Amino acid sequence: MRLRSVILDTTVRLVFDAALVLSVYMLFAGHNQPGGGFVGGLVAGAAIGLRYVAGGLDEALAVVPVRPSLLPAVGLALAVGTALWPRAGDEPPLDHRVFEWHLPALGDVALTTATIFDAGVYLIVVGLVLMVLDGLGDEGDEEAGGG
Amino acid sequence: MLFALLGIHAASAAAVLAGRRRLGRAAWLVGALGPVAVLVWLAANAARLAGGEAVEARAEWVRGLALSLDLRVDAFAALMLVLVAGIGALVFAYARRYFGPTPRAARAAAVLALFAGAMTGVVVADNVLVLYVAWELTSVTSYLLIGLNDDDAGARAAAQHALLVTALGGLAMLAGLVLLGQQAGTFRLSELVAAPPSGTATAVALVLVLVGAFTKSAQYPFHSWLPGAMVAPTPVSAYLHAAAMVKAGVYLIARLAPSFADVGVWRPLVVTVGLATMVAGGLRALRPFDLKQLLAFGTISQLGFLVVLFGIGRPEATVAGCALLLAHGLFKAALFMVVGIVDHETGTRDVRRLPALAGPGWRAVRAVAVVGAASMAAVPPLAGFLAKEEAYGALVDGPGGDRLVLAGIVAGSVLTAAYSLRFAAALLRPGVVGGDPGPRAPASHAPPAGFVAPAVVLAAATVVLGIAPATWSGLVDDAAHALDPRAHAHLALWHGVTAPLLLSVATLAAGVALFAARRPVAALQAAAAPPVSGTQVYDAAVRGVLRGAARLTAVVQPGSLPLYAGVILLTAAVAPTVALVSGAWWPGWPDAVGHPAHVPVAALLVVGAVASTVARRRFAAVMLLGVVGYAMAVLFVVQGAPDLALTQFGVETLFVVVFLLVLRRLPDRFEHRRTRTGRLVRLGVSAVVGAFVMVAAVAAAGSRTAEPVSRAMSEQAWPEGHGRNVVNVILVDIRGFDTLGEITVLVAAAIGIVALARAGRRPRDRARTPEEVGS
Repeated sequence: MRLRSVILDTTVRLVFDAALVLSVYMLFAGHNQPGGGFVGGLVAGAAIGLRYVAGGLDEALAVVPVRPSLLPAVGLALAVGTALWPRAGDEPPLDHRVFEWHLPALGDVALTTATIFDAGVYLIVVGLVLMVLDGLGDEGDEEAGGG
Repeated sequence: MLFALLGIHAASAAAVLAGRRRLGRAAWLVGALGPVAVLVWLAANAARLAGGEAVEARAEWVRGLALSLDLRVDAFAALMLVLVAGIGALVFAYARRYFGPTPRAARAAAVLALFAGAMTGVVVADNVLVLYVAWELTSVTSYLLIGLNDDDAGARAAAQHALLVTALGGLAMLAGLVLLGQQAGTFRLSELVAAPPSGTATAVALVLVLVGAFTKSAQYPFHSWLPGAMVAPTPVSAYLHAAAMVKAGVYLIARLAPSFADVGVWRPLVVTVGLATMVAGGLRALRPFDLKQLLAFGTISQLGFLVVLFGIGRPEATVAGCALLLAHGLFKAALFMVVGIVDHETGTRDVRRLPALAGPGWRAVRAVAVVGAASMAAVPPLAGFLAKEEAYGALVDGPGGDRLVLAGIVAGSVLTAAYSLRFAAALLRPGVVGGDPGPRAPASHAPPAGFVAPAVVLAAATVVLGIAPATWSGLVDDAAHALDPRAHAHLALWHGVTAPLLLSVATLAAGVALFAARRPVAALQAAAAPPVSGTQVYDAAVRGVLRGAARLTAVVQPGSLPLYAGVILLTAAVAPTVALVSGAWWPGWPDAVGHPAHVPVAALLVVGAVASTVARRRFAAVMLLGVVGYAMAVLFVVQGAPDLALTQFGVETLFVVVFLLVLRRLPDRFEHRRTRTGRLVRLGVSAVVGAFVMVAAVAAAGSRTAEPVSRAMSEQAWPEGHGRNVVNVILVDIRGFDTLGEITVLVAAAIGIVALARAGRRPRDRARTPEEVGS
């Protein structure tokens, strides 16, 4: 049987959601403030790592409702797609564009395609963490009966 | 249009593969579209090509590297195309009857179409690099064809043999072609031949190219793959021997010889190898009881003949080569088809077991066999006779050295006549050839007319070309003229009583005598047989390479992690140090303390690092390493690099988690069986690496001579990248391509980790439901 610490468990659950929100914030804010897809992915990955330490593999994998290997696939597709789509307009690859809107509540919002590229990086990092956990972490948990 | 011709081959192959379950025998008709299209194109352009004009096509590929896809068809290429596409179309028609309507047969049709396309590519390529690609495509497709019966280990081994030998030669050829192209300043074959370079580098390049041509055309000592390739279905063999693959080497030699025969060792090398191949192949062809084997050695011999004729690089010999190229293609394809029919209908091609092929249905088959064998033996008035007359004529009138070559060719031709007779006799009079008459296969019904028709067409062509030399004299003349402007052909049956005619008669007589004395000759051959066969040499070579590789691997990959780490670290420390100390490099020590916060952070770093090396428990060591990492992150914060610090924090956290995962599989404590020396070595390595890193860091930081590139990046970040975070703009925009490459590596690493971790374990049960997870 895996020993579960109530204090660790509760703390991780409290921190976990905040960490995920922080990671997504970092992803979107990263173009203008400290952060970015890689760092955001690492924060989310670290949060998942904590979840693993506290609750075991199944709890960590349950964070994402799809197969872990799907995340890097989608991420790489996003990144490559963003890199290539300027070719459609005969622009050099990875030539980013900015879209600006004026939204009622949020004010001026700008989104560059660089952020989509970064989202691909984010997904790849999170997926890598999940795949490593999945690959290296299953044996002991099966013996422990999934917590 | 030339590109379209190649495209049709590929498209028809794709269509056959896509419909392999539905097409049945129609697969062969679809597959034949490529060769038929080439024939139609040739007919449409015949007048232009005959007028000495060349048809060219060009597609730019990479402009900056001057890479372009150049295609060119001149009269010689047209002659080759007649062979490749003409025999190709007939082989498709023949194979339609040979194979049953199975998916594997459809696969054969598809690969055969690709093979024909690749061979067409070799012939129409005008850029040596394009030629190389097509050349290797013929190797790959022939590999697939030879190994068509992939559940037969012998077929797989033979296919691999062919691939290894020809691909190895192909690599040598690639090196030679690149060298040649650099010497000439052009990679276009037509320009290369028009203005040939010379000198030592060119001579070396030519030898390399010749190695490629020799392996492809099964010249001694690289011949052994061709007899092994006999395991392929007979239609494949017919095509491979008569028109494709082995003719590629001959083609290249023919292209280059007029310009390069006088450079370096070309002429002695080519003539020696060709003659040796012609005679040795002919001798070997006298021995086998397998009809296909007999023909295979016959092909080797005839290829040697072709290599000699083209390789000499003299106009008259080139004319003879062109004539023999066509004549050989016709009779060899016909003979293989005959063997295939016999094999298909009687179930054997062993001359000791063949039944009498009696009955009216077999008459056509026997006639084709006789015509083909007679043309091979150069009996008048057949195409083979005209070609050999030209060859003799070219050498009789030549300078003194040609006499020796002539003697070799006459010897080879005597052998050719003898094995041709042996082939014909084996089919017509069972029991004449082969010592002990074993149990004969039962007499079988005659083959259907459609099965025999392609062979009959080829035999008829052999007769017509022989009786009416005017029908192809122009074709050969144009082809030879395209290779060598001095060459002019005038084929004729009767030149009067000349030395070549007398030689021909003597050759035939000697051949008949040799066949008549077959028993003593066979005994002599058995007694004088070389102790090792080519295949044994090949096997030994492969074994040797594998053993050598295993030994080398055992030396450089002993499996000791400390050794690997030590070698890598020392290399990383020593190699740059050599470069470092060779210049004015030491900028002086920087300030000891740049910021008050450095002192406590540095202290933490040092303590954590030292403590991690002396920790007894693995877990403690990992935690201490984590301390070092977090202290680094604090250092980044102090230096004003929040992005870097964030990344360092994230990486460090994950690092610790992953380490914990690995730790579960390792013992709790470090082992303490190390000797004192071992510890000292480790300490030494660590000290060297540590000292190097420090010195290199100081030297690198103080050695700046140029304006830092980061300044321009900071300025451009907002106007160009629309971001205020310079680090992020660099990552996603300025060097976005690098990031793209890095994340690709990351994905590959993730897949690798999972594969390694899962190796040897049963797949994880994916069917677990969330409820089970929660329980």
